Amino acid sequence: MKKFLFLVTLMSLSVLYGCSNATGKGGAGSDGGNVVVGITQDLDSLDPHVAVAAGTDEILFNIFEGLVKVDEYGNVNPAVAESYVLSDDAMKYTFTLRDNVLFHNGDAVKAEDVVYSLKRCAGFQDAYDPSVSVESAFSVISEIYSPDEKTVVIELNTANTELIYYLTCAIIPKGYDKQATDPIGTGPFKFSSYTPLKSFVMERFEDYWGTKPALQKVTFNIYANSDAALPELMAGNIDIMTALENDVAAQLKDNYNIEYANYNLVQALFLNNDFEPFKNPDVRKALCMAVDRDQINNMISDGHGSLIGSGVFPGLSAIFAKDLVNYYPYDPDAAKELLKNAGYADGFSFTITIPSSYTPHVHSGEVIVENLKKIGVTAKIELIEWSSWLTDVYQGRKYEATVIGLDANLAPGDILKRYRSTAKNNFINFTSEAFDTAYANGINAKTIDEKAVYYKECQKILTENAASVYIQDPAQITVVKKGLTGYTPYPVYVLDMSKIHYEK
Amino acid sequence: MKKRPASEIVGIVMVSFVVVLAIVGLFWTPYDVNAMDYTLKNSAPSFSHPFGTDNFGRDILSRVMQGASSSFVIATLTVAIGAVVGTVIGALTGYFGGAADAVLMRVNDALAAFPGVLIALVIIAVMGNGRTNLIIALGIAFIPSFVRVVRGEMLVQKELDYVKNLKLMRAGSLRTVFIDILPNLSTVLRSSILIGFQNAVLSEAGMSYLGLGVTPPDPSLGRMLSEAQSYMIFAPWYAIAPGVMILMLTLGLGFVSHGREEKR
Repeated sequence: MKKFLFLVTLMSLSVLYGCSNATGKGGAGSDGGNVVVGITQDLDSLDPHVAVAAGTDEILFNIFEGLVKVDEYGNVNPAVAESYVLSDDAMKYTFTLRDNVLFHNGDAVKAEDVVYSLKRCAGFQDAYDPSVSVESAFSVISEIYSPDEKTVVIELNTANTELIYYLTCAIIPKGYDKQATDPIGTGPFKFSSYTPLKSFVMERFEDYWGTKPALQKVTFNIYANSDAALPELMAGNIDIMTALENDVAAQLKDNYNIEYANYNLVQALFLNNDFEPFKNPDVRKALCMAVDRDQINNMISDGHGSLIGSGVFPGLSAIFAKDLVNYYPYDPDAAKELLKNAGYADGFSFTITIPSSYTPHVHSGEVIVENLKKIGVTAKIELIEWSSWLTDVYQGRKYEATVIGLDANLAPGDILKRYRSTAKNNFINFTSEAFDTAYANGINAKTIDEKAVYYKECQKILTENAASVYIQDPAQITVVKKGLTGYTPYPVYVLDMSKIHYEK
Repeated sequence: MKKRPASEIVGIVMVSFVVVLAIVGLFWTPYDVNAMDYTLKNSAPSFSHPFGTDNFGRDILSRVMQGASSSFVIATLTVAIGAVVGTVIGALTGYFGGAADAVLMRVNDALAAFPGVLIALVIIAVMGNGRTNLIIALGIAFIPSFVRVVRGEMLVQKELDYVKNLKLMRAGSLRTVFIDILPNLSTVLRSSILIGFQNAVLSEAGMSYLGLGVTPPDPSLGRMLSEAQSYMIFAPWYAIAPGVMILMLTLGLGFVSHGREEKR
C-alpha cells in the first residue's frame, strides 16, 4: 500500500503565515468566482505517482483521475474508463475507455497513455521510474495491455475482486517528463502555478469530459499550522479551511459555516500484544473498559467524533460492524476486577509512545493516562519524532503502546489486512488463526454483501480478543465561508473543489 | 553597607513570588494538577479557578505552580552541572596552562560557537527525551560559559603575589587552586550563576515549548505556553499565566544580578 497509514497529521498541525491572496474575495460572478483554501501541509510532489502524503492526494484529486474515481459514498465510478468488466474468475479486468477525454494540454487520452500510467504505478520494467512509490496492491497484476484503441486489459496472477479500488491511480500522458513541475491530468481543474511553502493554484479545465466545476480558480494557501492561519480566517481572507480544532472553529461561526465530518481514521491506543502484561487478553480487555472513549471524544472533538469498537471506521459503511461499538462499555470497576483476576491486582506500568507532532493523539494520550490511574495502572507518555515513530514503533515494533490513527484505501479489506498473523505491517503483533481464515474468505468473496459477512467476523474477532483499545474516528472540522455551498466530505482524503459554488 | 537599588528590591519581590508559588507547588496545589473536567474546558478566571482552566478543564493555577517548581528544579540542576564542571575545568586549565589548556579551550570555543539550545537539542536527539536527559543536556550546554569566566579570572589571579608566595611555600597546586584562589572568584561566580540560572529557566521553557523535557500530562511552563497558542485569542488566560511566571522569574533575576553589579 502506498500511503500505508497516513495519519491524522493534519488535525491540528499546520500552516505557515502569509500570502492572503486577493483573489479570495472573488464572489459570484459570471465566471463562477474564485476561492482560497487554507491548507497546513506543503505538497510532497506534484507527480501523482510520487506523492504519498494524504494532504497532497487531497488536492491532486482535483487535477487527476484514474480509470475509476471515488465518490462521496465510497463507491468507485468509471472516469477515464466508460465501463469495465471483471471476468468470472476475477482474474481479468477489461476497461472500455471513454470518448473525448482530454488531457489538460489538449491531447486526447489514448489507450497507450493508460497502459503507461498503470505500468508506472505498478513499477513495471518498461515504465519504471525510481521516484514512483509503487502501489503494493498492484503486485497481483501480471500484465497490462491494450488490444485496441478503446480497450485496456489488466490480467492478474491471483483472483482479486478489490483491485478496482486502487485503479483510481492517476492517468497521465505517456512519456511526459514534467509531471513534477507542470502536472498534466484529466481532472476538472488544471494546474496553474505552485510556489513551495506558499501556494498551489489551479483553474477550471474548460474541456473537462464531465460536469464542469463552477469555480474559475482555486488557490490553496499553505500555512505552517492552523494557529498561523487563524488571523487570516478572522480577517476573512480564507474561504475554506479544514482540519481545524473545534474551539478554533467555534469562534469563526459569524462568518463561516462549520461542517463536521470524520477523518476516516481508526484512532486507538494500540497495544503491543507481545509486551508482557498485554499478552494476556484479560489485561487488554481491562484497558478497553478503563479508557473513557466519550471523554476523549469530548476533549478532542467536543463530542463530534464517532466512537468505534473495532478496527474499521464508520465511513466504510458496507463492512462497518455497528454492534461492536459498545462491546466494552466504560466500567473502571469491572476493569479492576479483570486485572485482579489476571494477577495484576496492584496494577502495572507501561509507556505510551506518541509522535509529538500529532497534538490530538498526544491529547488523547493525556486523557488515557488519567483514565488508567483509576484502575491502578501507571501509564507514562513518551513523545518521539514522527520519523522515529515510523522506524521504532511501526516498523521495528519496539514499543509497549501507542496512540495513532490508521487510514486505509477504500478497498474493503485494506484496513483489516494488517491484523493477519503474517502481515508485514502487523505492528501490534496480533495473531489469530480464526482472523486469518475469515480475512482470506473475505478477500476471495465475490460480492460486497458476502465480503461484509466475513469482514464483520474479522472485526468481531479483533474486539473479542481486545486486540487494542479502539477509540474513535475523530471529527474533522471544516469552516466554509457563508455564501459558499457544496462542501462534500468523502470517506477518503479528498477535498473536492468541483462541487463548490457560490450561492446565487 | 550601601542601600539596595530599587530595581534589586523589585527583582527580589518578583523572584520570591514565583519561588514561594513553586515551593508550595511541590507539596500542595489547590487542585490535582492533572484532574480533567470536560464541563470546565477553557473557562475564564473565577473565584474557584483564579487563573482559569485549560483545554482539558485543568486548573491553571495548580499547573503553573507545579510547572514553576519543575522549571526551578531543572534550572537549578542545570546550573549546578554547568557551574561545577565549568569551574573545575576553567580553574585547572587556567592555572596550569600548557597543551591541555590549549586543546580544552579550543573544544570549549567550538562548543560555545553553537547556541546552547542547539547543543542541548543534539544531545537529546542522541540520548532520547526525558527530564533527566534534558537536565544533562542543558547542563552540558551551560559548561562553556563557566569555563571561560573562571579561566579568565584564574589567569589574573595566578599572577598575583599571594599565589606566588604560595608557590614559594611549596603549597600543593590543587590546594592552591581550590582552597586559596577559588574563594576569591566567588563574586564573579555568583553573578555568572545568577545569569546562568536566568538563562536556564528560559532554555527549559524553550525546550519544553518544543516538546522536550517534561512529558505530558505533567505540567511545565514552556509546554503550557505552546499549547496555549491555539487558544490565545479566545482563552488568553491560558497563555498569560505561564508567560507571566517566566517573565517574573527571568526579569526578576535580571534585576537582582544587575543590582548586585551596581553595588560592587
